[in-house]
Amino acid sequence: MVLTSFRLPGEFGGLVPIHILSEDANENPGLTIETYQFFFSDFIYFEIFIKSFAVATLTTIICIVMAYPLASLIARSHKKFRHLMIMLVVLPFASNFLIRIYAWMIILGPESTLSHMINSILSFFGIAPVTLLFSPFAVLIGMIYVHLPFMILPLYTNLEQHDPILLDAAQDLGASSWQRFWYVTWPQSLPGIFSGSALVFIPVLGMFAIPDILGGTSDIMIGNLIKDQFLSTRDWPFGSTLSIMLTLMVLVIVGLLSWLARPGTRTI
Amino acid sequence: MPLRHFFLWIISLLVYAFLYIPLIIVVVFSFNDSKLNAEWAGFTFHWYKVLFNNHEMLLAARNSLIIAVSASILATILGTMAGLAIHRYQLKFLPFLAFTPVAMPEILLGVSLLLFFLQVLNLTLGMLSIIIAHTTFCIGFVTIIVRARLQGMDESIFEAARDLGATPWQTFRHITLPLIRSAIIAGALMSFTLSIDDFVITFFTKGVGEPILPIQIYTMIKVAVTPEVNAISTLLMLLTLTLIIIATRFDTSMLKGDSKQPR
Repeated sequence: MVLTSFRLPGEFGGLVPIHILSEDANENPGLTIETYQFFFSDFIYFEIFIKSFAVATLTTIICIVMAYPLASLIARSHKKFRHLMIMLVVLPFASNFLIRIYAWMIILGPESTLSHMINSILSFFGIAPVTLLFSPFAVLIGMIYVHLPFMILPLYTNLEQHDPILLDAAQDLGASSWQRFWYVTWPQSLPGIFSGSALVFIPVLGMFAIPDILGGTSDIMIGNLIKDQFLSTRDWPFGSTLSIMLTLMVLVIVGLLSWLARPGTRTI
Repeated sequence: MPLRHFFLWIISLLVYAFLYIPLIIVVVFSFNDSKLNAEWAGFTFHWYKVLFNNHEMLLAARNSLIIAVSASILATILGTMAGLAIHRYQLKFLPFLAFTPVAMPEILLGVSLLLFFLQVLNLTLGMLSIIIAHTTFCIGFVTIIVRARLQGMDESIFEAARDLGATPWQTFRHITLPLIRSAIIAGALMSFTLSIDDFVITFFTKGVGEPILPIQIYTMIKVAVTPEVNAISTLLMLLTLTLIIIATRFDTSMLKGDSKQPR
């Protein structure tokens, strides 16, 4: 029972295009690779995929940089405070995802204090004012903001289980604090980093709401493309083709990350 | 070392600020006596009054709660079972299947579920389809958390229990369960918040009839931004805050119990 409940989405995802193509008798009688040819015929779709990939990579890296100090501080804190500190990470994450995006709409909006501040600094240096909202920058901020806890939590879970004796041993053997971090803590934390990266990278790749709300018209990502095919354009076969492309991309990434995260790859 | 620690604190505080300032702004502007979310114009409860006269919004809130509670209960039970099974039998294939919904971008799950409900199950989209959809994506998260906790544990504890003559059930009840309890609670909490939070999958699997909170909010943001959105946001945050405080109480009492049980 547990098994089948898991199988539904994954298994069915694979069946989508065949199913739809055979159902949709008006446009495509039988099976066809027309939609796939269409996908590869126009460079713009490829470009959108590359762009989404870049946004996801950037978001993941920034999240690692932001999450690592906080996660290690929490893991090192006294047990009494750990719970509270992790709660403080989870709390904003518990508020609705749309609310968090909406908050950035207010902050980055043209009438906001931040916008006024940045633009007055820019005009001081003689640069034309910028709009923060509806830009790739706004999309990136939104992505980081929404996905940061996904990086902090696995990283903390991992760091919490490190044995402090190892660090003491390293210190006794004369390792500097940087060496202790690089040779003891960092290799041990890699599984946490990889699972955190998977939790950040993949949702970012398929996100449509953030580019939809915070981004401009040119900031669309794979997710927006798929959404439009299903809900606006109603070209379900092409939407499915895009979905399959995205699935393939994700599978490659997951395979890569789990290969990297497999235990015992690093000798300390 | 103290200097290093100091920097760590500074960075951490900045990260916390990054997490909280946007939300504080939303709350503050919900009391703002202006239609624009730009400048402070004076204190008012006006937007809350508007909100409480919005029946569709209230109905949407109720529906969302029902969905989140049902989905998180189902997902916690199934996810814990899966996590245990994967760890115990060292399954190679199940982890892959369990993590697929987590590993896939939500939009793919949304699209797949939409097609699955409509064309395979022939189900009318509505509350039921959303609950099933939410359970599906929450299971993976619970499984990951439970399994991660199990992986970090010393196997010899379980061997010791068995050597001392504990039955599999006793081992589970007195050793495994207390040890993974915090992971289970974390999983349940995560499921609830993910479910009430979820917009993408709800967006694809919702029917036409019942209003659902995230969809209502999305429409409001896209169409016309008024501080009414701030008001509903504030209330929603208050709700999750209360729930989490309750859960923490529950959890700490369990943590105290932890020290006694594995004798």
